Amino acid sequence: MKYLTEFRNGEIAQRMAREIAAAATRPWKIMEVCGGQTHSIIKNGIDQMLPAGIEMIHGPGCPVCVTPLELIDKALAIAAQPGVIFCSFGDMLRVPGTEQDLFQVKGTGGDVRVVYSPLDAVELAANNPDREVVFFGVGFETTAPANAMSVHLAKRRGLKNFSVLVSHVLVPPAIEAILQSPGNRVQGFLLAGHVCSVMGYWEYPPIAEKYGVPLVVTGFEPLDLLDGIRRTVIQLEAGRHEVENAYSRVVTFEGNRAAQKLLSEVFEVSDRAWRGIGVIPKSGWKLSEAYREFDAEERFEISGIHTEESALCRAGDVLRGAIKPAECAAFGKECTPRHPLGATMVSSEGACAAYFNYGRFLSAEELASAGSALTGAAHE
Amino acid sequence: MSELLKTGVPDFSNWSCPLPLVGYPTIVMGHGGGGKLGNELVEHLFLPSFRNPALENLGDAALLDVQAGKIAMSTDSFVVQPLFFPGGNIGELAVNGTVNDLAVSGAVPRFLSASFILEEGFPLAQLAAIVGSMAKAAATAGVKIVTGDTKVVEHGHGDGCYINTAGIGVVREGIQVGPHRAQAGDVVLVSGTIGDHGMAIMSVREGLEFESQIRSDCAALNGMIGDVLNVARGAVHAMRDPTRGGLASTLNEIAQSSRVGVVIDEASLPVRTEVQSACELLGLDPVYVANEGKAVFFVAEEAADTVLALLRAHPLGREAARIGQVTAQHKGMLVARTAMGSNRVIPTQIGEQLPRIC
Repeated sequence: MKYLTEFRNGEIAQRMAREIAAAATRPWKIMEVCGGQTHSIIKNGIDQMLPAGIEMIHGPGCPVCVTPLELIDKALAIAAQPGVIFCSFGDMLRVPGTEQDLFQVKGTGGDVRVVYSPLDAVELAANNPDREVVFFGVGFETTAPANAMSVHLAKRRGLKNFSVLVSHVLVPPAIEAILQSPGNRVQGFLLAGHVCSVMGYWEYPPIAEKYGVPLVVTGFEPLDLLDGIRRTVIQLEAGRHEVENAYSRVVTFEGNRAAQKLLSEVFEVSDRAWRGIGVIPKSGWKLSEAYREFDAEERFEISGIHTEESALCRAGDVLRGAIKPAECAAFGKECTPRHPLGATMVSSEGACAAYFNYGRFLSAEELASAGSALTGAAHE
Repeated sequence: MSELLKTGVPDFSNWSCPLPLVGYPTIVMGHGGGGKLGNELVEHLFLPSFRNPALENLGDAALLDVQAGKIAMSTDSFVVQPLFFPGGNIGELAVNGTVNDLAVSGAVPRFLSASFILEEGFPLAQLAAIVGSMAKAAATAGVKIVTGDTKVVEHGHGDGCYINTAGIGVVREGIQVGPHRAQAGDVVLVSGTIGDHGMAIMSVREGLEFESQIRSDCAALNGMIGDVLNVARGAVHAMRDPTRGGLASTLNEIAQSSRVGVVIDEASLPVRTEVQSACELLGLDPVYVANEGKAVFFVAEEAADTVLALLRAHPLGREAARIGQVTAQHKGMLVARTAMGSNRVIPTQIGEQLPRIC
């Protein structure tokens, strides 16, 4: 458990929280970009440790949440076809499309399989030459290298029955879109550590310069997050706006060059629709010309999809950081992890699910008093 | 690495049938047909393995002598895949699962039934190994398998072997435990490390094989629970074995049934390093991962140290730990004190945990 337990030390965390409180003289609003960070913040109660003025705004970095409804409906239509083996990461299975989800497609005879690596899907294609194997390639820059490698290998092995339904999105254009949106409240960013482990952080200095915001590369453990917040607050207080690396045990400035080279070969930048946000120019990847034959959208001509978002769901406002999950009228009422109206309630990285799962339907006082039984209150 | 992990196929080279099975090396439809083939299965496999007077009558029902008093009854079906996993197999699981359900209800488990649903083509050698494990597990737990049934389904209509067991136990006098009896002030104890069984299964599941030393904790808990109840008696208010859904589901169920709140200290949860690491890798939380040889106890504060000492004195309870307390606040809810000193609610999961994208 090296590199994990050391970063979960409660005493050091308390000390860092005090340092943040000492450094902050004014209120600041900081966005953690990645859904994995949101999950960790809520799970560990990091936001409860911060001084009152420091507000964490939860960003759009949950791949499940921002995948457009239309693409999920396409996935459902492809998965339901006879002769198809549809492969996906686990947490896409419960994401609701307009009418059903992949679990229901599986239950009614679709061959839907959870894989742990896209390379497993390539193997499935090689072992099942009479079936069409489709991989649902969703995610940010983090999952892109493995997805690119699957297509690269399929091409090299001459597999004609493998394709990928691609929905790759990119972090830097999303940050710019948030900063350009009218009414933006975000003053500093925790950059997604694992995205930067692939891409490095050379893309970010121009953004820091152009918009005057500090950007701090941050990890996922409690101490990583507190360190990222601390460095962001110190910069904000000093009026600086630089790109800093608080996750140097994983991230370098250049990132993974070999992965970047493969990505630029397999993918090309394209406009992408983000669920709940809309189209962001040049914010995604699609398969490049040389690999277009592996695009499931071209191989399966799916038409006649009519998507319909829930009228109550405010996932878009949550993803932009405009509201907190509990501020949505449907939160915890019409919309729960059991009956999610929007994708932010499905994935454990979705801000709404994180809030619901970790009891943010309790008031702060109720939560604070909840632990008192452990310290002897039960004897009273 | 065990034979099983290396090849994915259990090693039966050292196994020998008590009496040779005639004819087919695999299950055929006739084995469930009530004719000669079915009888052979009974006479050559089930009877010699489970041998006891109540079974040997081969009547339509087993006739059992039980002293007057309260009887506990429970049933469970077992569909685990793969059938053989590090630390056990479906047969042991089927015996211990029902034995444990009876034991945590405060009963002394006595008799089990065993029903098999077998898929056409299932190798008889594997069935024999499963039955052999059941016989051994029953002997260890001190219960008798007194009645049974076998059905065969067509190839493709089953998953090799499903087992149902039902069990009867005699409730101990003066013991009143139940999920609705936890009280504010009770101490929560767990008998050992959590998540071992679920991660052992994951480690050999198709598409996810990872090398690990994790073994299922599958075990009969009636001996250990007997040691506790003989001494602590009425001080034990509730017990449960946290199987599917893991510790979190069990504690939530008891919090809801008893209309109390439960608070646990996350840092005090016993979790093996390799289980924790595997969970990190897959984005799972060990509090939701299944156990098959652990029990949770809700005990009056004044008896907590005694019960903990009794548990630790038993071979199955060496790593027992005090993990939390019952409170009159936040009724029906499980709250964890995190290592950071903050609190979070741990809800019941909706379905199975899903490995995350990244």
